[in-house]
Amino acid sequence: MTAPSSLPKRKLQWRKWALSAFMVVGLIWSAWITQAHMGMFFQNIGQFTVIFQEMAHVDWSYTYYTVDPMIQTLKMSIIGTLIGSALAFPYALLVSRNIVTNKVVVGIFRFILNIVRTIPDLMLAALFVAVVGIGPIAGIFALAIFTFGMVGKLFYEAIETIDPGPLEALRAAGAGRIEIIRFAVVPQIANYFISYVLYAFEINVRASTVLGYMGAGGIGIYLQQALSMFRYDRVGLIVLVIFAVVLVIDYISGKAREALL
Amino acid sequence: MAETVKPVIEFDHVSKIYPNGVVGLKDINLTIQPGEFVVVVGLSGAGKSTLMRAINRLHDISEGDVRIDGTSITKAKGKQLLHIRRQIGMIFQNFNLVNRATVLKNVLTGRVGYYPTWKMIFGLFSAEDKQRAYEALGTVDLQDKVYTRADQLSGGQQQRVSIARALTQTPQIILADEPIASLDPQTTKRVMDDLRRINQEMGITVVANLHSVELAQEYATRIIGIRAGEKVFDGPVAEATDEAIAEIYSGEEQEV
Ligand SMILES: Nc1ncnc2c1ncn2[C@@H]1O[C@H](COP(=O)(O)OP(=O)(O)O)[C@@H](O)[C@H]1O
Ligand SMILES: [Mg+2]
Repeated sequence: MTAPSSLPKRKLQWRKWALSAFMVVGLIWSAWITQAHMGMFFQNIGQFTVIFQEMAHVDWSYTYYTVDPMIQTLKMSIIGTLIGSALAFPYALLVSRNIVTNKVVVGIFRFILNIVRTIPDLMLAALFVAVVGIGPIAGIFALAIFTFGMVGKLFYEAIETIDPGPLEALRAAGAGRIEIIRFAVVPQIANYFISYVLYAFEINVRASTVLGYMGAGGIGIYLQQALSMFRYDRVGLIVLVIFAVVLVIDYISGKAREALL
Repeated sequence: MAETVKPVIEFDHVSKIYPNGVVGLKDINLTIQPGEFVVVVGLSGAGKSTLMRAINRLHDISEGDVRIDGTSITKAKGKQLLHIRRQIGMIFQNFNLVNRATVLKNVLTGRVGYYPTWKMIFGLFSAEDKQRAYEALGTVDLQDKVYTRADQLSGGQQQRVSIARALTQTPQIILADEPIASLDPQTTKRVMDDLRRINQEMGITVVANLHSVELAQEYATRIIGIRAGEKVFDGPVAEATDEAIAEIYSGEEQEV
């Protein structure tokens, strides 16, 4: 081998440029066919400032009444997150290629998971309000399914990156499938799982504040009522309460996740 | 003399063809007696690992029969297969420990085959087995590391933990697939000495793949030479002359 004399030029990356151009054209085209106008967005800006001024006169006396629904919102998020994650764990094992070698099984169950993931949380809430009626139970169902789809994917992606060595060692020692999962898979992913569950909880607290809007229980109902009565002073308060709670939970959960990974 | 002892490992016309058509093993016959220290040598890609994994059936063979202590592992099903496997400890080139778990937890997993599944879900190991694990760590001189995380140990220490894990199985056989390939010369000696001690003092049969002929000659009681999936040499160390070794290592090295 002879040493190369000078740095060779990198080939022009046609694919990259073509893809970028394609995306820009696609964006402009979709804006055009949906008749989106930036102007329209600013037309009502005056109305917005009026409402914003009213919201700024926060009705502090209403604080007391937001405590119970806020707690209900948190309960909904916790239970929904836990149920969804508990279901997602065995399901994620089922769709991990290094655990289940049958390609058909993995393919079918991944397809189902992907479909679940495409359903927006608000639609789930509307669906469950229709099925189980207005109240927090509908919210819990919606959040559980939403969590299932979200962490299910994160879970199996984590499972597929683990070191296969310990699995082989356990198998050689005469361990069955469940023992292999318990002693070779779980210790490698436990911290990731807890972190993802906390992450899902953060998202769910935010989502569940809005879910009530669809009748799925919690503080969202109060937000909806205040809005429909044009009590923007109360809307302002509710928004602040949600903001504070979300901030605190994000902070705690974020710190916990940092410590885990 | 050999007639009166039941062989611990028997290969009866064993062939292995991988799904992609590569021939891993070609018509291997083999009888290993209890207490032997067998070293398998051969070029990279010759089929040494394939031979190992045929013994504890980490993969299925295509033809023939493998018997462990007189029982066919080839025909074993379900629980029976697991019960044969727990008689066979295995040591790997990359140690295959759970990095995030403590040394004790890693060593205890050697015992999993002796428990019902429900107990294992909750990780309920008996005090007796924890003591057994601790004693196994004593054998490799690592009792002071019992609560250390596995990834905080050096390579040599990790390999000795994996030996302790195999010992905790109370096995009849220990398989070692290139146990020293990732280690430096000093730790290599330590690990090989441990294996020899286990073989001589506990009477556990050892089958090891080694790259180095010198080490094979130093530690083995018997050498098996594999070339392109075929057994081309099998005899006591004294018979492994330079010509015999050259014969085993003739031919092309293969990509693995
Ligand atoms: N899973 C596999 N699929 C296909 N071919 C394999 C597989 N594992 C090993 N082989 C092939 O079988 C032959 C023997 O491999 P191996 O037993 O790993 O050799 P050694 O351990 O002696 O280096 C090699 O040619 C290798 O490429
Ligand atoms: Mg090998």
